[in-house]
Amino acid sequence: MKQRLLIVEPSEVIIEGLKGILDGQIRFKVLEPEMSADNLEERLLATRPDIVLVNPTLVSNISRLRGEHALALVALVYQYVERDVLKNYDGVVDIRDSRAVIIETLAQASPAAEERSKNNYELTKRETAVLVQLAQGKTNKEVADALNVSVHTVISHRKNITHKTGIKSVAGLTVYAMLNNLIDESSLL
Amino acid sequence: MKDFKSRLFSSESRLSDLITAHPSLLTLLTRLGISLGFGDRSIADVCEASGVDTSFFLLICNVYTFNNYVPSTATILGTDMTGLVPYLEKSHKYYVEKRLPHIERHLDSIAQKLSGRIGKVFISFYNEYKHEVEAHFLHEENDVFPHIRALMAGECDVTYSISDFLQSHSDIEGKLNDLLNIVFKYLPPQVDDDNVLDVVYDILRLSEDLKKHTFIEEKIMVPMVKHLENAILK
Ligand SMILES: [Fe+2]
Ligand SMILES: [Fe+2]
Repeated sequence: MKQRLLIVEPSEVIIEGLKGILDGQIRFKVLEPEMSADNLEERLLATRPDIVLVNPTLVSNISRLRGEHALALVALVYQYVERDVLKNYDGVVDIRDSRAVIIETLAQASPAAEERSKNNYELTKRETAVLVQLAQGKTNKEVADALNVSVHTVISHRKNITHKTGIKSVAGLTVYAMLNNLIDESSLL
Repeated sequence: MKDFKSRLFSSESRLSDLITAHPSLLTLLTRLGISLGFGDRSIADVCEASGVDTSFFLLICNVYTFNNYVPSTATILGTDMTGLVPYLEKSHKYYVEKRLPHIERHLDSIAQKLSGRIGKVFISFYNEYKHEVEAHFLHEENDVFPHIRALMAGECDVTYSISDFLQSHSDIEGKLNDLLNIVFKYLPPQVDDDNVLDVVYDILRLSEDLKKHTFIEEKIMVPMVKHLENAILK
């Protein structure tokens, strides 16, 4: 299944350049780009992209964009953007990157989309790691810090874990982890 | 909605026909104050003999049977709701004293076949759920139902408002669903016995029942109480 990619960028030149790079790609379906972030929230709801490649200078509150959907947000940069801002994204594409690097960054950015397309119900290594941490009683924030990822990534992993196992509560996931020998009693807090 | 109206039960039908068509309604009868042995009498006759309001009885049966049926405000306000709080209380008792202990017995036998520490975590997951459900019911019995009783008696009770209820009304089937997934998907093969099948059916039934219970509280009780509150505050 192709991943649906939405580009949000004011410059037509850059949009066309990206389209040129991504068009022949089998992994992505490039949706009609947005040139501003004005109607972005509605657009996300309507088109349900897996990945949004967005110029960070256009959005002030990135967490609002994520809302309920498990989408990957990738920053598109060609000028200086503060590190603290980029930290909230699942990946960074610099327009000076090579074609291969750009494609790889986009493919890597979306664990959620990747998982869905595989229709695979086995937990990935990353999901297992998140599960083990949760079972130890850690909060999303603590898990994020321990695994060096963003809180959003942790939430997205949690959604995938629940989707695969059918188990929502942390207590239930702890029982699951024990039954599958992912943790033992000594690691429970 | 028109389609529903023709399928909803009427007071002239035989109660036994209703039960034959929808056997799961049998578990509702005691909670609604009707004992077995009603013979071939009509719903209206049985209700009258048992002191149960017929339209209230039908309302609950219809909600349990038709998944997409949401009674209109007119239907709710046009129904004698004296029996609602007693019915909800009896349901709580039925869940806590009958259904949960039943499930618990099966889970205990299952836990004995699991290795010690896993068995313990498994049971403590269930116990945690049980306590949540009990706390949920207790809150309704101590805070919500007395409020409704007072309003129905025409007293102006401003200590509590039903909009607080809706905001904090928690989901009590979610963890049951987790338990279901654990039991039938992830238990090791050595516990594959009748207990597992029995408890899967018990959990499914309880979870369906609780969904309807929550539905009745949120879609019938709340609109009714809102109306009472408005009427008394005026
Ligand atoms: Fe209740
Ligand atoms: Fe409730």
